[in-house]
Amino acid sequence: MKKVIVPLGPYHPLFEEPEYFALYCDGENVVDAEWVAGYNHRGIEKLSESKHWDQVTFLIERICGICSTSHPIAYCNAVEDLLKIEIPERAKYIRSIVGELERLHSHLLWVGLAGHFLGYNTVFMWAWKYREPILDIMEMVTGNRNHYAMMKIGGVRRDIADDDIDIIKNILGELKGKLEMLTQAVLDDPVLAARLKGVGVLTKKDIKDFGAVGPVARASGIDIDVRRDSPHAAYNLVEWKVITCEEGDVFAKAVVRLLECFESIKIIQQCLDRLKGKKGEIEIEVRNIPAGEGIGHYEAPRGECFHYVRSDGTSRPVRHKIRAPSYVNIPTFKASCIGQTIADVTIILAGVDPCYCCTERAISVYDVDKKKKIFDGKDLIRLSQEKTRKIKKELGFKDE
Amino acid sequence: MALDLKTRALKKSLFVFHLSTGSCNNCDIEILDCLTPRFDIERFGMTLVGSIKHADVLLVTGICTIKNSYRIKKLYEQMPKPGFVVAIGACACTGGIFKDGYQMAGPIDKIIPVDVYIPGCPPKPEAMIAGIVKLLEKIK
Amino acid sequence: MNIVEKLKGKFGNKIKDIKLHCDKRIYVEIEKQDIIDFVKFIFHDLDARFITASGIDNLDSMEILYHFSVDREDVIVSIRVFLDRNNPEIDSITKIIRGASNIEREMYELLGIKFLGHPDLKRLLLDDKFPEGVYPLRKTQEKLEK
Repeated sequence: MKKVIVPLGPYHPLFEEPEYFALYCDGENVVDAEWVAGYNHRGIEKLSESKHWDQVTFLIERICGICSTSHPIAYCNAVEDLLKIEIPERAKYIRSIVGELERLHSHLLWVGLAGHFLGYNTVFMWAWKYREPILDIMEMVTGNRNHYAMMKIGGVRRDIADDDIDIIKNILGELKGKLEMLTQAVLDDPVLAARLKGVGVLTKKDIKDFGAVGPVARASGIDIDVRRDSPHAAYNLVEWKVITCEEGDVFAKAVVRLLECFESIKIIQQCLDRLKGKKGEIEIEVRNIPAGEGIGHYEAPRGECFHYVRSDGTSRPVRHKIRAPSYVNIPTFKASCIGQTIADVTIILAGVDPCYCCTERAISVYDVDKKKKIFDGKDLIRLSQEKTRKIKKELGFKDE
Repeated sequence: MALDLKTRALKKSLFVFHLSTGSCNNCDIEILDCLTPRFDIERFGMTLVGSIKHADVLLVTGICTIKNSYRIKKLYEQMPKPGFVVAIGACACTGGIFKDGYQMAGPIDKIIPVDVYIPGCPPKPEAMIAGIVKLLEKIK
Repeated sequence: MNIVEKLKGKFGNKIKDIKLHCDKRIYVEIEKQDIIDFVKFIFHDLDARFITASGIDNLDSMEILYHFSVDREDVIVSIRVFLDRNNPEIDSITKIIRGASNIEREMYELLGIKFLGHPDLKRLLLDDKFPEGVYPLRKTQEKLEK
């Protein structure tokens, strides 16, 4: 059987994204995968050593646009661990609110993209339309739709005004209704079930071997969540639950993400209630960082974000180690795509929700003998959309 | 039959190709946001295309890492001329906060000529649309 | 502390130093030849999750911290090893933990640490044309030619 190398192209539907997976195929089935990274490597850990402790928060916000507040929270946790300080209660609630709003917009973004890969373009448009009110809230509270610059060592930079709290609660109330509709549509759709169930399964052993985290791990029945396991901010002050599924396939990953959105809304609303009508400090003043080391982590939308810092008492970090969740999640692709067909490869990779900037990504397909490109990323998306159409026809549904 | 750029611009139909050369993706997401119902850039006659060979405008984001510098040069050569390059975001314009990094081959105008700079981190969709409208005026 | 007692019980004087920064952060310093035994115990017996490894250039030595999380007890255990900066090498833990492969490749290219027995030790993030022998994360690598 001829072995074909399939480098997988752009992950993003309409973009040329720089990342590279080489898949080795035997006919229609994938037998091995290799990840070639480095297109997005910007040398952030080294840059961190040249910035002051406070400037580092601005730098690492820009590691990733979608989990823009996750890295600063994890970094601030690390430095606060080094200092052994606890931030004021009001700051804890604000941190959780901003973190959960980010989780909402990130999961909706994912739902839209996954919809596009499967050929459900209406889902793409709806999901991104429902994201907009969340970005409006962000702009109202922090001043920017993305890159909020809210976190600082010792607390948060800005407070949330009482007037804004009612507006936020209204927007979230409306969003909840739309989310319920979207979730029900996904859970009830037989085409999606046929398309996604049993596809790209990750076992509990795979998760442990790769150290995978976040919804990827929770969809395979591994009950871990930094918010509950290692409480910080307001996560142990409000009621919410961790969502897990057992099957480990792409459908389970979608379900986990959608149900997590409801938990996020619950957390935000409780935090807003605790803030309303009250006043309080939003930061502890930190003058200098003594010598020492600290570790902080936070549950970003994609999983655990880990930061390690070391100080020698001067104004800059000696070492700042950053591990984004996608760094451990993307390699699971090696396990989940083996034995799957080429048409399913884009949705399996999408199931991991790779944050390319947090790490890196991309794919296309070459015939190893003829050295000619057979498919590129857009072709693979087209193959994926065609498979959905075929299943729709088999089940007796009309094309969208 | 290919229409020339001026005619196409007058008929308000620009084909745009997007490339990220090493970004945090915020600019890329905001570009995609322009397609969504709230901003709906298609009413200005812009369409995103899948191949550089059909593009009139190359939208670039990111700092241009070393690995990407080969790609962007090749893509620029493949773009039919006259073609325009738009650098979106602080990273593409000047390198932004990453300008001292060891993987930096950019900013973009060190590698290929740039026609329009849209600064911001990320630039809001409104800013991007304003920038594109300026480009349309430049073409005319 | 349960985890500290378990480690002391199993390894006794192979532990050069144990530091408790607080009850959730344990730092264990060991000799590099014991790394495989420690990793096996923490990964399998304590059922910890491998988070990542941090390589640090202290001008007089190379240091690696292997970070593990015992999620159910909210404890992060970091194993610290010091290596000779002129010839930094240590056994690879990829045979025990498959997911350690990438971080070892990253430490190899950014700090110049060799991981003996790694199945595929080659560059991960840096471009092929990036000069050999240039390790960006080393402290002596201040200004790099582009």
